[in-house]
Amino acid sequence: MSTVITARPTPVGIDPRGPRVTATLTSVVLAVVLLTPTGLAAALLAMQAVIFGWGAWRGVQHTPYAAVFRAVVRPRLAAPLELEDPRPPRFAQALGLGFSAVGLAGFVLGSSTVGLVATGLALVAALLNAVFGLCLGCELYLILRRAAAR
Amino acid sequence: MGLGAWVLVAAVVAALALGAWRASTNGVFRGTHPVGRVAGDAAPVSTSSTDGVSLLAGTSYDAQRGERATLLQFSSAFCAPCRATRRTLAEVADEVPGVTHVEIDAEHHLELVRALGVLRTPTTLVLDGDGRELVRATGAPRRAQVLSALAGGL
Repeated sequence: MSTVITARPTPVGIDPRGPRVTATLTSVVLAVVLLTPTGLAAALLAMQAVIFGWGAWRGVQHTPYAAVFRAVVRPRLAAPLELEDPRPPRFAQALGLGFSAVGLAGFVLGSSTVGLVATGLALVAALLNAVFGLCLGCELYLILRRAAAR
Repeated sequence: MGLGAWVLVAAVVAALALGAWRASTNGVFRGTHPVGRVAGDAAPVSTSSTDGVSLLAGTSYDAQRGERATLLQFSSAFCAPCRATRRTLAEVADEVPGVTHVEIDAEHHLELVRALGVLRTPTTLVLDGDGRELVRATGAPRRAQVLSALAGGL
Protein backbone atom coordinates (compact mmCIF):
# COMPACT_ATOMS: atom_id res chain seq x y z
CA MET A 1 0.00 0.00 0.00
CA SER A 2 1.22 3.47 -0.77
CA THR A 3 -0.27 6.68 0.50
CA VAL A 4 0.67 9.91 -1.18
CA ILE A 5 -0.37 13.19 0.31
CA THR A 6 -0.10 15.99 -2.20
CA ALA A 7 -0.92 19.43 -0.94
CA ARG A 8 -0.94 21.37 -4.18
CA PRO A 9 -1.37 20.51 -7.82
CA THR A 10 2.03 20.02 -9.43
CA PRO A 11 2.87 22.44 -12.24
CA VAL A 12 3.96 21.17 -15.64
CA GLY A 13 7.37 19.51 -15.36
CA ILE A 14 10.60 20.73 -16.94
CA ASP A 15 13.52 18.81 -18.39
CA PRO A 16 15.81 18.24 -15.36
CA ARG A 17 18.91 18.69 -17.51
CA GLY A 18 17.94 22.32 -18.15
CA PRO A 19 18.72 23.48 -14.59
CA ARG A 20 21.98 21.47 -14.69
CA VAL A 21 23.09 23.35 -17.81
CA THR A 22 21.92 26.61 -16.24
CA ALA A 23 23.97 25.84 -13.12
CA THR A 24 27.01 25.07 -15.28
CA LEU A 25 26.79 28.38 -17.16
CA THR A 26 26.15 30.18 -13.86
CA SER A 27 29.27 28.56 -12.39
CA VAL A 28 31.38 29.76 -15.31
CA VAL A 29 30.08 33.33 -14.97
CA LEU A 30 30.66 33.36 -11.19
CA ALA A 31 34.20 31.96 -11.63
CA VAL A 32 34.95 34.73 -14.13
CA VAL A 33 33.57 37.28 -11.63
CA LEU A 34 36.12 36.00 -9.09
CA LEU A 35 39.02 36.36 -11.54
CA THR A 36 38.33 39.77 -13.09
CA PRO A 37 39.06 43.30 -11.81
CA THR A 38 36.37 44.83 -9.59
CA GLY A 39 34.66 47.00 -12.21
CA LEU A 40 34.11 44.21 -14.70
CA ALA A 41 33.34 41.78 -11.87
CA ALA A 42 30.57 44.05 -10.59
CA ALA A 43 29.07 44.39 -14.08
CA LEU A 44 29.12 40.62 -14.66
CA LEU A 45 27.66 39.92 -11.22
CA ALA A 46 24.93 42.49 -11.88
CA MET A 47 24.08 40.64 -15.10
CA GLN A 48 24.01 37.33 -13.23
CA ALA A 49 21.81 38.87 -10.52
CA VAL A 50 19.31 39.99 -13.17
CA ILE A 51 19.26 36.44 -14.59
CA PHE A 52 18.77 34.97 -11.10
CA GLY A 53 15.95 37.45 -10.53
CA TRP A 54 14.33 36.52 -13.82
CA GLY A 55 14.66 32.83 -12.98
CA ALA A 56 13.15 33.36 -9.54
CA TRP A 57 10.28 35.39 -10.93
CA ARG A 58 9.40 33.52 -14.11
CA GLY A 59 11.04 30.13 -13.48
CA VAL A 60 14.46 28.79 -14.38
CA GLN A 61 13.14 27.49 -17.70
CA HIS A 62 12.65 31.08 -18.93
CA THR A 63 16.19 32.38 -18.40
CA PRO A 64 18.64 33.02 -21.27
CA TYR A 65 20.68 30.03 -20.04
CA ALA A 66 17.64 27.81 -20.52
CA ALA A 67 17.32 29.20 -24.04
CA VAL A 68 20.94 28.11 -24.67
CA PHE A 69 20.03 24.66 -23.31
CA ARG A 70 17.02 24.38 -25.62
CA ALA A 71 18.87 25.65 -28.68
CA VAL A 72 22.24 23.93 -28.29
CA VAL A 73 22.12 21.08 -25.78
CA ARG A 74 18.68 19.49 -25.85
CA PRO A 75 18.64 18.73 -29.60
CA ARG A 76 21.69 16.51 -28.97
CA LEU A 77 20.12 14.59 -26.07
CA ALA A 78 17.52 11.86 -25.94
CA ALA A 79 14.14 12.73 -24.44
CA PRO A 80 14.31 13.03 -20.66
CA LEU A 81 13.35 9.94 -18.63
CA GLU A 82 11.16 12.06 -16.41
CA LEU A 83 10.28 15.68 -15.91
CA GLU A 84 11.07 17.71 -12.83
CA ASP A 85 9.02 20.07 -10.70
CA PRO A 86 10.05 23.63 -11.71
CA ARG A 87 9.55 25.04 -8.18
CA PRO A 88 12.74 23.76 -6.51
CA PRO A 89 15.13 25.25 -9.10
CA ARG A 90 13.09 28.44 -9.02
CA PHE A 91 13.57 28.69 -5.28
CA ALA A 92 17.30 28.06 -5.79
CA GLN A 93 17.41 30.95 -8.25
CA ALA A 94 15.93 33.18 -5.55
CA LEU A 95 18.73 32.15 -3.16
CA GLY A 96 21.25 32.86 -5.93
CA LEU A 97 19.72 36.30 -6.27
CA GLY A 98 20.21 36.85 -2.54
CA PHE A 99 23.91 35.92 -2.66
CA SER A 100 24.61 37.95 -5.77
CA ALA A 101 22.77 40.99 -4.36
CA VAL A 102 24.98 40.88 -1.26
CA GLY A 103 28.06 40.44 -3.45
CA LEU A 104 27.05 43.29 -5.72
CA ALA A 105 26.45 45.57 -2.73
CA GLY A 106 29.95 44.66 -1.56
CA PHE A 107 31.55 45.57 -4.89
CA VAL A 108 29.54 48.78 -5.27
CA LEU A 109 30.12 49.97 -1.70
CA GLY A 110 33.85 49.36 -1.93
CA SER A 111 34.27 46.09 -0.05
CA SER A 112 35.51 43.71 -2.72
CA THR A 113 36.09 41.10 0.01
CA VAL A 114 32.35 40.93 0.70
CA GLY A 115 31.75 40.84 -3.05
CA LEU A 116 34.17 37.96 -3.59
CA VAL A 117 33.05 35.87 -0.62
CA ALA A 118 29.34 36.19 -1.47
CA THR A 119 30.15 35.27 -5.08
CA GLY A 120 32.14 32.29 -3.78
CA LEU A 121 29.15 31.06 -1.74
CA ALA A 122 26.88 31.34 -4.77
CA LEU A 123 29.51 29.43 -6.74
CA VAL A 124 29.52 26.56 -4.20
CA ALA A 125 25.76 26.18 -4.62
CA ALA A 126 25.95 26.42 -8.43
CA LEU A 127 28.77 23.84 -8.62
CA LEU A 128 26.92 21.40 -6.36
CA ASN A 129 23.99 21.63 -8.74
CA ALA A 130 26.10 21.42 -11.90
CA VAL A 131 28.39 18.57 -10.83
CA PHE A 132 26.20 16.51 -8.49
CA GLY A 133 22.68 17.58 -9.38
CA LEU A 134 22.29 18.63 -5.77
CA CYS A 135 20.06 21.62 -5.08
CA LEU A 136 21.43 23.26 -1.93
CA GLY A 137 18.62 25.78 -1.72
CA CYS A 138 16.04 23.00 -1.87
CA GLU A 139 17.82 21.14 0.92
CA LEU A 140 17.76 24.22 3.12
CA TYR A 141 14.10 24.82 2.43
CA LEU A 142 12.74 22.54 5.18
CA ILE A 143 15.21 23.90 7.74
CA LEU A 144 14.11 27.43 6.87
CA ARG A 145 10.46 26.45 7.16
CA ARG A 146 11.07 24.75 10.51
CA ALA A 147 12.80 27.84 11.83
CA ALA A 148 10.23 30.28 10.43
CA ALA A 149 7.23 28.48 11.91
CA ARG A 150 8.72 28.20 15.38
CA MET B 1 47.31 34.82 -6.35
CA GLY B 2 44.65 37.41 -5.57
CA LEU B 3 41.80 36.95 -3.10
CA GLY B 4 39.38 36.16 -5.93
CA ALA B 5 41.48 33.21 -7.09
CA TRP B 6 41.68 31.89 -3.52
CA VAL B 7 37.92 32.18 -3.15
CA LEU B 8 37.54 30.28 -6.43
CA VAL B 9 39.80 27.44 -5.23
CA ALA B 10 38.02 27.32 -1.85
CA ALA B 11 34.59 27.23 -3.54
CA VAL B 12 35.60 24.36 -5.84
CA VAL B 13 37.12 22.34 -2.97
CA ALA B 14 34.09 22.98 -0.73
CA ALA B 15 31.64 21.98 -3.46
CA LEU B 16 33.52 18.76 -4.28
CA ALA B 17 33.88 17.82 -0.61
CA LEU B 18 30.21 18.53 0.17
CA GLY B 19 29.04 16.67 -2.92
CA ALA B 20 31.22 13.64 -2.24
CA TRP B 21 30.15 13.52 1.41
CA ARG B 22 26.51 13.76 0.42
CA ALA B 23 26.87 11.06 -2.23
CA SER B 24 28.47 8.72 0.31
CA THR B 25 25.73 9.16 2.94
CA ASN B 26 22.77 9.29 0.56
CA GLY B 27 20.18 6.64 1.30
CA VAL B 28 22.28 4.95 4.01
CA PHE B 29 20.09 3.70 6.84
CA ARG B 30 21.46 4.37 10.30
CA GLY B 31 20.46 3.27 13.76
CA THR B 32 17.67 4.77 15.73
CA HIS B 33 17.77 8.40 16.49
CA PRO B 34 16.51 8.89 20.04
CA VAL B 35 13.23 10.69 19.62
CA GLY B 36 10.64 12.13 21.90
CA ARG B 37 7.15 11.69 20.59
CA VAL B 38 5.13 14.71 19.56
CA ALA B 39 5.01 16.37 22.92
CA GLY B 40 2.57 18.46 24.91
CA ASP B 41 0.75 21.29 23.23
CA ALA B 42 2.68 20.76 19.99
CA ALA B 43 0.78 17.52 19.39
CA PRO B 44 -1.38 17.78 16.27
CA VAL B 45 -4.02 15.51 17.77
CA SER B 46 -4.23 14.22 21.34
CA THR B 47 -2.53 10.86 21.73
CA SER B 48 -4.59 7.86 22.66
CA SER B 49 -3.69 6.12 25.89
CA THR B 50 -3.81 2.61 24.45
CA ASP B 51 -1.18 3.15 21.79
CA GLY B 52 1.74 4.93 23.33
CA VAL B 53 4.73 3.56 21.43
CA SER B 54 3.98 4.50 17.85
CA LEU B 55 5.72 7.60 16.55
CA LEU B 56 2.56 8.28 14.64
CA ALA B 57 0.24 7.80 17.62
CA GLY B 58 -2.46 10.43 17.61
CA THR B 59 -2.04 11.30 13.94
CA SER B 60 -4.29 10.18 11.15
CA TYR B 61 -1.36 8.29 9.67
CA ASP B 62 -1.25 5.79 12.51
CA ALA B 63 -3.98 3.71 10.89
CA GLN B 64 -1.82 3.30 7.80
CA ARG B 65 1.03 1.59 9.61
CA GLY B 66 2.10 -1.80 8.36
CA GLU B 67 1.72 -4.98 10.38
CA ARG B 68 5.41 -5.75 10.23
CA ALA B 69 6.99 -2.47 9.23
CA THR B 70 6.24 0.99 7.89
CA LEU B 71 8.35 2.97 5.45
CA LEU B 72 7.65 6.51 6.61
CA GLN B 73 8.77 9.08 4.06
CA PHE B 74 8.94 12.82 4.67
CA SER B 75 8.68 14.82 1.46
CA SER B 76 8.29 18.39 0.38
CA ALA B 77 7.36 20.15 -2.82
CA PHE B 78 10.90 21.51 -3.12
CA CYS B 79 12.46 18.12 -3.41
CA ALA B 80 13.38 16.38 -6.64
CA PRO B 81 14.71 13.10 -5.12
CA CYS B 82 11.45 12.65 -3.20
CA ARG B 83 9.79 11.26 -6.31
CA ALA B 84 12.44 8.61 -6.88
CA THR B 85 12.18 7.74 -3.19
CA ARG B 86 8.40 7.46 -3.44
CA ARG B 87 8.70 5.03 -6.35
CA THR B 88 11.31 2.88 -4.61
CA LEU B 89 9.43 2.70 -1.32
CA ALA B 90 6.04 2.08 -2.93
CA GLU B 91 7.56 -0.75 -4.94
CA VAL B 92 9.09 -2.36 -1.85
CA ALA B 93 5.83 -1.95 0.09
CA ASP B 94 3.95 -3.66 -2.73
CA GLU B 95 6.33 -6.59 -2.76
CA VAL B 96 7.00 -7.23 0.90
CA PRO B 97 3.94 -8.44 2.81
CA GLY B 98 3.04 -6.53 5.96
CA VAL B 99 5.02 -3.46 4.93
CA THR B 100 3.35 -0.17 4.02
CA HIS B 101 4.62 3.09 2.64
CA VAL B 102 3.35 6.30 4.21
CA GLU B 103 4.36 9.63 2.74
CA ILE B 104 3.97 12.80 4.77
CA ASP B 105 4.29 16.35 3.45
CA ALA B 106 6.88 17.76 5.86
CA GLU B 107 5.84 21.35 5.29
CA HIS B 108 2.35 20.69 6.58
CA HIS B 109 3.42 18.64 9.59
CA LEU B 110 6.15 20.76 11.09
CA GLU B 111 5.38 19.64 14.68
CA LEU B 112 5.97 16.02 13.70
CA VAL B 113 9.05 17.03 11.69
CA ARG B 114 10.54 18.74 14.75
CA ALA B 115 9.57 15.97 17.15
CA LEU B 116 11.26 13.41 14.93
CA GLY B 117 14.29 15.59 14.18
CA VAL B 118 13.78 15.53 10.42
CA LEU B 119 16.04 18.12 8.78
CA ARG B 120 15.77 17.51 5.07
CA THR B 121 13.66 15.76 2.52
CA PRO B 122 13.49 13.01 1.61
CA THR B 123 14.01 11.39 5.00
CA THR B 124 12.82 7.80 5.32
CA LEU B 125 12.17 6.17 8.70
CA VAL B 126 11.68 2.45 9.01
CA LEU B 127 9.18 1.77 11.81
CA ASP B 128 8.63 -1.64 13.37
CA GLY B 129 5.23 -3.29 13.74
CA ASP B 130 4.49 -1.16 16.81
CA GLY B 131 5.45 2.08 15.08
CA ARG B 132 8.83 2.49 16.80
CA GLU B 133 11.69 3.84 14.78
CA LEU B 134 14.30 1.27 13.78
CA VAL B 135 16.52 3.15 11.35
CA ARG B 136 16.40 6.21 9.14
CA ALA B 137 18.04 7.48 5.97
CA THR B 138 18.22 10.87 4.32
CA GLY B 139 18.39 11.23 0.56
CA ALA B 140 16.96 8.80 -1.95
CA PRO B 141 17.69 5.21 -0.86
CA ARG B 142 18.21 2.45 -3.40
CA ARG B 143 15.91 -0.54 -3.41
CA ALA B 144 18.63 -2.83 -2.02
CA GLN B 145 19.27 -0.41 0.84
CA VAL B 146 15.57 -0.42 1.78
CA LEU B 147 15.34 -4.20 1.58
CA SER B 148 18.38 -4.72 3.77
CA ALA B 149 17.12 -2.15 6.29
CA LEU B 150 13.85 -4.10 6.44
CA ALA B 151 15.67 -7.42 6.73
CA GLY B 152 17.62 -6.06 9.69
CA GLY B 153 14.49 -4.91 11.49
CA LEU B 154 11.94 -7.63 10.84
